[in-house]
Amino acid sequence: MTVDEARRAAERVARESYGRLIAFLAARTRDVAGAEDALGEAFASALRTWPTDGVPDNPDAWLLTAARRRHIDDLRRSDTRRSGEEHLRLMSEEDAARLDGDTPIADRRLALMFACAHPAIDRGMRAPLILQTILGLTAEAIAAVFLLPPATMGQRLLRAKTRIRDAGIPFRIPDVQELPDRLAAVLDAIYTAYTTGWNELGDAATPALAEEAMWLGQLIVSLLPGEPEAEGMLALMLYCYARVPARRDERGAYVPLEAQDTRLWDHALLAYAESLLRQASASGPSGRFQLEAAIQSAHVARRMTGVANWATVVALYDHLVALTGSPVVRLNRAVARAELDGPAAALAELTPLEEDKRMRSYQPYWAALGQLHRRAGNLTRAAEALTVAVGLTTDAAVRSFLLAHLASLPR
Amino acid sequence: MRFMMLIHHDESALTPAAYKELRTDYGAFVEALAKADGCFPGERLQSSTAATTVRQQDGRTEVLDGPYADTKEQLAGYFVVDVASLDEAIVWAKRCPSSRYGSIEIRPMLDQTGSRHG
Repeated sequence: MTVDEARRAAERVARESYGRLIAFLAARTRDVAGAEDALGEAFASALRTWPTDGVPDNPDAWLLTAARRRHIDDLRRSDTRRSGEEHLRLMSEEDAARLDGDTPIADRRLALMFACAHPAIDRGMRAPLILQTILGLTAEAIAAVFLLPPATMGQRLLRAKTRIRDAGIPFRIPDVQELPDRLAAVLDAIYTAYTTGWNELGDAATPALAEEAMWLGQLIVSLLPGEPEAEGMLALMLYCYARVPARRDERGAYVPLEAQDTRLWDHALLAYAESLLRQASASGPSGRFQLEAAIQSAHVARRMTGVANWATVVALYDHLVALTGSPVVRLNRAVARAELDGPAAALAELTPLEEDKRMRSYQPYWAALGQLHRRAGNLTRAAEALTVAVGLTTDAAVRSFLLAHLASLPR
Repeated sequence: MRFMMLIHHDESALTPAAYKELRTDYGAFVEALAKADGCFPGERLQSSTAATTVRQQDGRTEVLDGPYADTKEQLAGYFVVDVASLDEAIVWAKRCPSSRYGSIEIRPMLDQTGSRHG
């Protein structure tokens, strides 16, 4: 392990310990912000010192002791009462003793994630909440990736935490009847974090959010074993992440999937993804994430074997369209259909999307439309769609790629 | 919600080559804006050297050569978007080619009547 890896491993332990303690404390009072107040400084101290001094034998106990010591100091200096003190007092002697005896505290992180993704919580805030409470990411770091000013993100997070406390949102794993929908909300939040962090991969300044999301996916799979959609989601993230080394060339140019150098793919991750998918979909993929993962599996198989399997891909998309009715899924199906039946057939499938307002500012729609028109020989419409796609693109490498296609259109 | 997006540039920092690329990028950006409901492609302003500032104080009118503030980045133009929230306005700011050469100030407009989001 290099020095850097050791530091990151220590940081990882600190975050895990913090998340466990936050979940444990918050589960009792539903007061997430209060728990964060109680542990915040101890956590900051751990992040500073553990990477250099090494990780303590009992990280949870260390954090808790540090938090209590700070609390006692504050009382001694008669500082204004902090909102976190309730939490520390609620740690009974018994709990503290159990910690000292090396038994880890009960892991309530799953319950915390279900609280964060509760229907009463603003959909857009579920991912940031989970990232902050389970991983201890700062509002600034989360704001940077979600493209919001830090103060705005901070306010929204506080509002959401207040809502958890005041609206009586429960901290528990939902009953069997509610579980599929409630789990879908948690998975959705984690996957949102993954896709949001996708464009920031390789940007050293911000946390690799996509990696954090995969860590959360792994956590869900380990805390809630035998859930096909959770396994499917993790597999999906792994399939995509395995291909990251190949998505840009040495000059930083965009490389489409069909042109990627498969030797650059992480084959160990791909193997793990395959085994997860097989486990999840023993009787055929049946949920949104399993289907998306199966589609990625098919793409990988096609590139590795050289055998065209677009009929399979289209069939999987048919299933996904039936399940979700999503215009984005319809778009992706049309793109796959082009490989099977040619661009004209794909364009016909896209016609109903013309009227869909959600497509108006959706970059992938215009990029796909432009490429399909180009292949079908409709040069004017190709130029128009590719131009709009360029105007909607925020990624420099993708913009260059599209501009090159625009420039290469015969006049 | 309607937002006015105020584009600020350091004019002296733009090389002729960068300027050329900017004009091409703007062509695409304006096309993209045109597809979005309620958005207004806005206007470009001439350089701040062409500006004149007028102020009235104590009954006297003061007319000065030059822009309102003597800063490196100057107002270069604006556009308007009509979107569901600040989040989407920020994405549009990111798409705006000028955000790579300067900054985009996002201001919610006071008059929200006629906005499809109320």
